[in-house]
Amino acid sequence: MSTVIEATGLTKNFGTFTAVDDVSFTIEENRIYGLLGRNGAGKTTIMQLLTGQDFASSGTVTVYGESPVENARVLSNVSFIKESQKYPDNVKAKHVLAAAPTFFGNWNAELADELLAAFRVPLDRDMKKLSRGQVSAVGVIVGLASRAPITFFDEPYLGLDAVARQLFYDKLLEDYAEHPRTVILSTHLIDEVSDLLEHVILIDEGRILIDTDADELRGSATTVVGRSADVATFVEGREVIHRDGIGGLSSVTVTGQLSSADRAAAVAANLELAPVSLQQLIVRLSSLETTSEGSKS
Amino acid sequence: MDESRPIFQQIAEQIENDIIDGTTPEESQVPSTNEFAAFYRINPATAGKGVNLLVDEGILYKKRGIGMFVAEGSRERLVAKRREEFSTEYVQPLLAEAAKLGITIHQLADMITKGTRS
Repeated sequence: MSTVIEATGLTKNFGTFTAVDDVSFTIEENRIYGLLGRNGAGKTTIMQLLTGQDFASSGTVTVYGESPVENARVLSNVSFIKESQKYPDNVKAKHVLAAAPTFFGNWNAELADELLAAFRVPLDRDMKKLSRGQVSAVGVIVGLASRAPITFFDEPYLGLDAVARQLFYDKLLEDYAEHPRTVILSTHLIDEVSDLLEHVILIDEGRILIDTDADELRGSATTVVGRSADVATFVEGREVIHRDGIGGLSSVTVTGQLSSADRAAAVAANLELAPVSLQQLIVRLSSLETTSEGSKS
Repeated sequence: MDESRPIFQQIAEQIENDIIDGTTPEESQVPSTNEFAAFYRINPATAGKGVNLLVDEGILYKKRGIGMFVAEGSRERLVAKRREEFSTEYVQPLLAEAAKLGITIHQLADMITKGTRS
């Protein structure tokens, strides 16, 4: 595995607001990353810094060992599909697809044609007359068919219906399997993509909360349900990230892998153990952080 | 996929199940990592990790340039392993639930006998 992107102490201020706060991480070649976090967490800003579309206030970014800013050698290997991509007036999908090969050396026209048919994008209509989902589909097609060694998808699914989103995930997986590349996918629809991700970076309020392999996160939190006293005994000494209760019943989410002895103890104490999905885990951790921030101020 | 356990373990278990029930006989080829990834809609690296787990245990072996195959004697070894786990995985939870409901061991044994007959 070789590192393709390295961010060190990366910080971006907009006036007094710190959008990205001293963030360091590496991106390894040919893996699929999930860049997750709430609205305004700093995901898009990070992607803009990684692709040289914005300047860091401090810290450094290297892509293939070089700064991406105004660097054609680096940027010709990068495809960045943005949720808010704007197109000039009178530009049609066919123009977008005709222009794309100029920017992407690995452009595959066959794949683009196949995707166009699958997503049912009208080629001959002005981009601004297309539906929100159709505009997103054009972005997805460009992102996949460019086969860029590093591909960023920043919430590429807006307006796409469930069928089209599944199509996107399936095509991404299919083409990635045959033509491995580095993919950084930013999304809110965590449940939909959690099985596709190899690595997860969770951003909250401009900082990294989690930077770990997706499979390690599975089973890293468990919800324990049962009689309050029994639950309290079981969770003693564990890190609690959420509590709920009704009547004499408690539901407490704890972190840490459970051993088979732990599970046996739970069964013996009449406790139910429920797995926590990646999406639930991230909701819990993100809201936890906000609460602790709030209590500080 | 079950959310509580790593996906690669579940892939390995699925392959094991197919070997145990004879879907994938010994010396036959198992699907490729990419085929598993597409079928289960998971990351190919994760699927590969599941396959490699079984290679490390000697359940699968690699034929260079062709793919992964089920090793001879795998079925017997897997059955032995699963039998060892049977008590903790199935019998203990059964006994716990029975105790909760006030079902005696005798009644339980009776139910099991009836269950096998029907």
